Amino acid sequence: MTVVTETEARAVRRTPPPGRPRRKISRESAAAWILVLPFVLLFLAFTAGPVLGSLGMSFTDIKQRDLRTPFSVNGVGFGNYVKAFEDETFRKAAFNTAYFVVLGVPLTLVVALAAAVLLDRGVKRFQALFKVGYYLPVVTSIVAIAVIWRFVLAPDSGLLNTVLGWVGIDGPNWLASKTWAMPSLIAMAVWRNFGSAMIIFLAGLQGIPQSVEEAGQIDGAGSWQRFRYLILPLLRPTILFTSVTTGIGYLQFFEEPFVMTQGGPLNSTISVSMYTYNQFGFGNYGLATAMAYILFVVIAVITFIQFRLLREK
Amino acid sequence: MRRTWWIYLIGVLGLVAVAAPFLWMVLGSFKTQGELLRVPPTWWPQDATTQNYDDLFSKASFPRYFVNSALVALVVTAGNLTFCSMIGYALAKLRFKGRNALFIVVMATLMIPGMVTFVPLFVLVTNAGLANSYPGLILPFLVSPFGVFLMRQFFLGLPDDLMDAGRVDGSGELGIFARIMLPLTRPALATLGILTFLGSWNNFLWPLVIAQTEDKYTLPVALALYSTGQNAQNYGLLMAGAVVVVLPVLVMFLAFQRHVTKGIAITGLK
Repeated sequence: MTVVTETEARAVRRTPPPGRPRRKISRESAAAWILVLPFVLLFLAFTAGPVLGSLGMSFTDIKQRDLRTPFSVNGVGFGNYVKAFEDETFRKAAFNTAYFVVLGVPLTLVVALAAAVLLDRGVKRFQALFKVGYYLPVVTSIVAIAVIWRFVLAPDSGLLNTVLGWVGIDGPNWLASKTWAMPSLIAMAVWRNFGSAMIIFLAGLQGIPQSVEEAGQIDGAGSWQRFRYLILPLLRPTILFTSVTTGIGYLQFFEEPFVMTQGGPLNSTISVSMYTYNQFGFGNYGLATAMAYILFVVIAVITFIQFRLLREK
Repeated sequence: MRRTWWIYLIGVLGLVAVAAPFLWMVLGSFKTQGELLRVPPTWWPQDATTQNYDDLFSKASFPRYFVNSALVALVVTAGNLTFCSMIGYALAKLRFKGRNALFIVVMATLMIPGMVTFVPLFVLVTNAGLANSYPGLILPFLVSPFGVFLMRQFFLGLPDDLMDAGRVDGSGELGIFARIMLPLTRPALATLGILTFLGSWNNFLWPLVIAQTEDKYTLPVALALYSTGQNAQNYGLLMAGAVVVVLPVLVMFLAFQRHVTKGIAITGLK
């Protein structure tokens, strides 16, 4: 019914009012362009332009000394890309970034899903309080969080090792250890980010009709079986969506090593973003943009795969 | 329900784990350097001091960084509310050539990492003479694809009849937007406003690149450079600095949290 009335209304509106048939449409598009113009100008100058500029720069030998004359540089073809892949530190950074994403994304989603199920099924009273509490770290500055966590992870006077000491565990010097520095950053990222995916899971869970669970109960399925075979498959699009948004964020991790480890010890926590920033700092603009574009391509491919997976069902 | 008590216990333990680092930060900011290094560490400050905050506001120029952060965030928020609602309305409600193409191009940039644009942006802003200036900090963030998406979705949900009524009454197209449609989007504007403010307040990479002297630092830049520079061992100062960065957004988030979580659930984006 509503659809019909809406179409009718549109049909009525499309009929030009008698007397001035063409002016009205041109007035509408004139107004549209006035409303669109400020955005388009800012967008062209500060987003679209730089995206193309970055691609162009990645094929040149532009360095800091060319800052004032960015158009008088030489093309080097894929030289910067070759250089990036031949650079041992870049490969190390790529490995670290993959490590961060491959371990961090599933952990974040498992914690987020557990929290969402806990709030949706178990915690009825004070649900809003728990929801806000778990979400709190998401809105805070990663820089500030990283500074705080440096103290949480401090070897002797730190919070974590003190708590571990209560149960007889002698915790390592987390951030100074080649083995533990990266897992420490991942733990912090999970702690900070799970609230975001939790909110989306919660919305997904609340969208599943009660009758689905009831049907499972009638068939005699236990609560774990109901979750595994009824709820989880229904959450599939939500899980895919959160894994990609979380993954895109984690692929760009930068502040955590910048503040907590400066990429060390021995480059064991340096990320692609951080190494890109370092190359910019060294004045190698062409190389930095090539590295950024490699990251961009990875992100684009992952997003593309997500759309394909979503379309299958 | 017998099993509820342990579910609440897990929930509360989770809250403790989330809150503990924040509590550690606030308590630590009132400790002396000696106490911060004590093993085993103390929970409650033994000889509480406001020395760290005094240093922050007198020796370090944290009031300045605070004002910079607030100024940038306010202007960026105002820009996003204005420009994103304008184009959001046009994309949702007005017919014009290139509308779909424009929308697709804007959405395609949602996933572009900041790392891709910052080098050419730095070259551009420097050559425009805007490096180390407020316009340099603000201009690249005045609009966001996320804001366009949010406002467009919200305008799509408003009935066309209202516009037709306005046309019958003789209002111009821009008047219909500003006086009839825009006031109805207050919930969406609240969500966009709070998310944009938080995003700008916490933004790091671009201000790190473009703010070159202390008087243009924003809070996260100042805190990051203090924590890696010569103040790296001044633990109390860093804890107090983290409090100054985190506390305003926590208060703001708690005041407006409904808008934040609703916006995320609706758009599925942060």
